[in-house]
Amino acid sequence: MTTTYVQTAVDPADDARPPDSDRSRAENRLARKLVAPALVLMLLVTAFPMLRALYLSLFNYSLTDPDAREFVGLANYATALSDPLFWRDTGNTVMIMIVTVAVELVIGFAFAMVMHKVIFARGVIRTSILIPYGVITVVSGFAWQFAFSNTNGFVNSWLPFTSDDFNWFGQYWSSMVAIMASEIWKTTPFMSLLLLAGLAQVSNDMLEAAKVDGATWWQRLYKVILPNMRAAIMVAVLFRALDAYRIFDNIFVMTAGANGTESISFLTYRQVIEQFQLGIGSALSVLLFLSVLVVAAVIVKLFRVNLADARQES
Amino acid sequence: MGKSLKANIGTIVGCALILIWCLLPVAWIISLSFKSQQAVTNGSPGFFPSKGGGAGWSNYTDVLQDEQFRRAIINSVGISLIATLLSVIIATLAAYAIARLEFKGKKFVLTTALVIAMFPVVSLVGPLFDMWRTFGIYDTWLGLIIPYMSFTLPLAIWTLSAFFREIPWEMEQAAQVDGATAWQAFRKVIVPLAAPGVFTAAILTFFFAWNDFVFGISLTSTERARPIPAALSFFVGADPFNRPASLLAAGAVVATVPIVILVLFFQRKIVAGLTAGAVKG
Repeated sequence: MTTTYVQTAVDPADDARPPDSDRSRAENRLARKLVAPALVLMLLVTAFPMLRALYLSLFNYSLTDPDAREFVGLANYATALSDPLFWRDTGNTVMIMIVTVAVELVIGFAFAMVMHKVIFARGVIRTSILIPYGVITVVSGFAWQFAFSNTNGFVNSWLPFTSDDFNWFGQYWSSMVAIMASEIWKTTPFMSLLLLAGLAQVSNDMLEAAKVDGATWWQRLYKVILPNMRAAIMVAVLFRALDAYRIFDNIFVMTAGANGTESISFLTYRQVIEQFQLGIGSALSVLLFLSVLVVAAVIVKLFRVNLADARQES
Repeated sequence: MGKSLKANIGTIVGCALILIWCLLPVAWIISLSFKSQQAVTNGSPGFFPSKGGGAGWSNYTDVLQDEQFRRAIINSVGISLIATLLSVIIATLAAYAIARLEFKGKKFVLTTALVIAMFPVVSLVGPLFDMWRTFGIYDTWLGLIIPYMSFTLPLAIWTLSAFFREIPWEMEQAAQVDGATAWQAFRKVIVPLAAPGVFTAAILTFFFAWNDFVFGISLTSTERARPIPAALSFFVGADPFNRPASLLAAGAVVATVPIVILVLFFQRKIVAGLTAGAVKG
């Protein structure tokens, strides 16, 4: 889990302060008061409903027939986990996450390299790169759906390998491509800004030294730049991956889950809000939450970097 | 010389690609918003409105005259602003404590914030839907403000505590030594230093609230509280394949304008905030 890796950046000035129990007790009290509203609010809207979901998931409970609510133990989980729909949607979600993050990492890094080099027009580039970040996801979903549309879009006429009447939303793979294109367009800028911040931390002296020693561009990239950016890359990947894993807006707008393009978030939403199945929906909510934790743990393990390092380097 | 020229060309091409990447879909949706309904329905592929297929500003006037759309904009502005204001105030208190004071449980607060930032929003929708109906705040501004706040707080706390850590707090004591009262020292020295960070956190928080979709469609049922992203998705019809594209495009442009204005004015701050919260945080 990420928790063990979070460091609470201790201000060196605080360390130097002589231990003074009265004072530290007063500080503790003040700090608690200041932090309390934020903590209470965050827990009230997340921890409490999550516990409630855990509780509701043990019932057969439909809002259309609330009186028939009955305790069923773990049956909802068994139903969910044995349903091919659940696995299909999880598969979709994982695929979207891996493909979009991988593509974004490459394009985002290229963008970051360019932005790192640019001296002129820096403001223009940075302003433009924030526009996709700022555009509402629903709007970018529309923009791309209309762009891929075979009746009034432009993608078909611009792409050399598709016929003009190719229906992107007619089958699974092309629908997925369109969904992922929208996701990638919208979030690559965020990735590139994080990577740009990481690039800024790579020491120029080291790069110069490598250059003097005769390292080629690729060698400098692999031996100097990337290793020194590991922490920044990991943070970017972790944030984006967990964000991609929650994908919902784009799918809702672009295909509404047609052709088997549903994500795990979408399945949960459908059960709870559209079908009022709070029992099974809650079980799905819990499974979704657990799978996010698994994804986070895997990414943190994979990179073997802790967030504390990211702090110290900055 | 030849090498630096080559590098320069590479950078220029790179810049051009970035600009195309960022602006093409935006240009496309603007172009679409000027096509006439009829041209779109009859099928008018191509990037720009074809000859005779233009609609001038009529899509915009139609959208702006739409009562539901107007309500949605008001809802979005109101809910996002209130959520931003409240969450920045609360986050400022917390971030001040985190950056300035030593206390037990600091790690717990930061970890909680991080976990919530990664929380799958949809998994809360069911229980909240149920609870809000019991409390009677389903389909109200309050019913959206509360979840927005809890989800914007982590972002604001991380961004702000990263900013606050950079503030030379000793200056406050120095001012007191020079004869200022504690309050004067705080107001005259710390507040001006902290203000840009607070402002940045506010912009990011506003973006977040403005962009929300899951809560917007799940916790509202009428135009009483439905925010703009949800309203756009419900705009005419359940059939996602036959939407009034050009009208929607005009609506989308209107909904995007406030964000673009914020980006244009505060580009520097937003970049600083995004990277401070994530990389340094």
